[in-house]
Amino acid sequence: MRFLTAGDCALVIEFGNEISGALNARVKHVYDWLKTKPIQGVCETVPTFRSLLVYYKPELISFKSLCEKLEKISAEDLDCKTAPKRIIHIPVAYGGQFGEDTANVCAHTGLSEKEIIDVHSGTDYLIYMLGFLPGFPYLGGMDKRLNTPRLKNPRTKIPEGSVGIGGEQTGIYPLASPGGWQLIGRTPVKPYDPSRETPFLYKAGDYIRFVPVTFDEYKRIEEQAASGVYVCAEEIL
Amino acid sequence: MGIVITNVGPATTVQDAGRIGYMAFGFQASGAMDMTAFRTANILVGNDRDAAAIEMTLIGISGEFTSDAVIAVTGADVAPSVNGISIPLYQAIKVRKGDVISCSFARSGCRAYLAVQSGFYLKKVMGSYSTNTKCKIGGYLGRPLQKGDLLYFNTTEPCCDDGILYADRLLEASAGKAPIRKIAPPEALTSPSAIRAVLGPQDDYFTDKGIKTLFDGEYKLTNDSDRMGIKLDGEIIESKSGADIISDGIPLGAVQIPSSGKPIIMTADRQTVGGYAKIAVVISADIPVIAQMKPGDTLRFIRVSLEDAQRAYIDALKDVEKLEKRFAKLWNAAENGGLTGKIKSIFKR
Repeated sequence: MRFLTAGDCALVIEFGNEISGALNARVKHVYDWLKTKPIQGVCETVPTFRSLLVYYKPELISFKSLCEKLEKISAEDLDCKTAPKRIIHIPVAYGGQFGEDTANVCAHTGLSEKEIIDVHSGTDYLIYMLGFLPGFPYLGGMDKRLNTPRLKNPRTKIPEGSVGIGGEQTGIYPLASPGGWQLIGRTPVKPYDPSRETPFLYKAGDYIRFVPVTFDEYKRIEEQAASGVYVCAEEIL
Repeated sequence: MGIVITNVGPATTVQDAGRIGYMAFGFQASGAMDMTAFRTANILVGNDRDAAAIEMTLIGISGEFTSDAVIAVTGADVAPSVNGISIPLYQAIKVRKGDVISCSFARSGCRAYLAVQSGFYLKKVMGSYSTNTKCKIGGYLGRPLQKGDLLYFNTTEPCCDDGILYADRLLEASAGKAPIRKIAPPEALTSPSAIRAVLGPQDDYFTDKGIKTLFDGEYKLTNDSDRMGIKLDGEIIESKSGADIISDGIPLGAVQIPSSGKPIIMTADRQTVGGYAKIAVVISADIPVIAQMKPGDTLRFIRVSLEDAQRAYIDALKDVEKLEKRFAKLWNAAENGGLTGKIKSIFKR
């Protein structure tokens, strides 16, 4: 673990230099700690794969004293703590008009459409971090059998809620955006909605489980989500 | 009521101090590019320092006031005038209902701020008035201002002291004890501008030669610069073996080096995380300088220690506090409930 200066109002705690659940758990530990027991002078933190960016006010806390405090928090033994695992269920209608590239994924992986849905929805994905777009999750844990290269010609507009595969990654587009991912489905819920009291459905360190729904269910959930009554199921293990 | 926009440049948005607390969700901070000019404008008109104001880029706005107001323009010199009478920057000015403000292309600097006493009647989105054009939220309908837009003010009855004069009476001496609400504009930018930066967080991805290049070379702002980042052209920064990292957080002012080897300074609308190594970070006190540079302007990076950078940050903060002490607050959003009776009745209708 090391502390890096990031200008006069931020520092980085870097836990290592690889993408792994173990390193990410240490990031999450400090991130969660600062949420529940804030350090005076710390304004905001950005958790990423293997580091935490900490914005602070140098008029309230010095670099040195902040590093010392963060070092103590980071040094806690994570093994003896049972950090609860929060799994958010995201309903997805696979295939059809929502999964325009399913045939590509079938052709590349040699799996049938049903197998793709079973494999894709059969894993709980760790949210390493959010970025790129508001609420865009960088997910870990996709079954290697689903690996499919990105489209040769990226789309200029991927619709909001699209679920896709890009190389070894899978994820959701919380906003319409250009992109080259292979689209396999779409969720009727809004991962990000600025008008909601909690604008984001999940945070870094949570898990996502994609739950297949029919197109009829998709429509029903979409209506409920629009009127603000739909709540994604979640499990805490 | 407010101001009807009659002419506007392409990158004119409402900004405040930024959207705090959502970067962990991938949400850009936004906020005024030149926080010093932005806060000065607010303090001059008697607002909270971080009240929402209009940020103009290269081209100033023109518009007609539909109610009396107290205004101030700071930052870039967009040659503002009221009813054809030129008004100074960095001074609070009283305007009457029906008065017309006109601005032009920036004669110097890049970003100007228009603050109005009591601020604009807009809705906060996720704790901020800042416009985020990527997500289409905040500010005025989540988008840059356009011709024909009507922005309401929070009050139609501005509070004045003797230090605030009408444009056509600027030459009159202040009648009372109140100091004229006016400060000297900051010194003009030098060429090349000296931009101080602290090494790190990923300076170890670069060779000694690369680091030397950054601080020895002269860099020019390209046309490709916006509120997300200022792209520079100049000598290529040598990395040890590529400058791609596992994506991590991008602080304000980060000098990141993409595969082209040419630095990009990340500013208010930067993405929260990214995969390019950041060789250095521009100090907070010099971000306002960067914000006032135009494409084609040149800069040199000056390496400073963290201690010096933080001293400069605290000095800048003290300057703002000094300015606040000098000019009393005339309008308090909390005390006035954000709206005067007149405006409230308009919205009830």
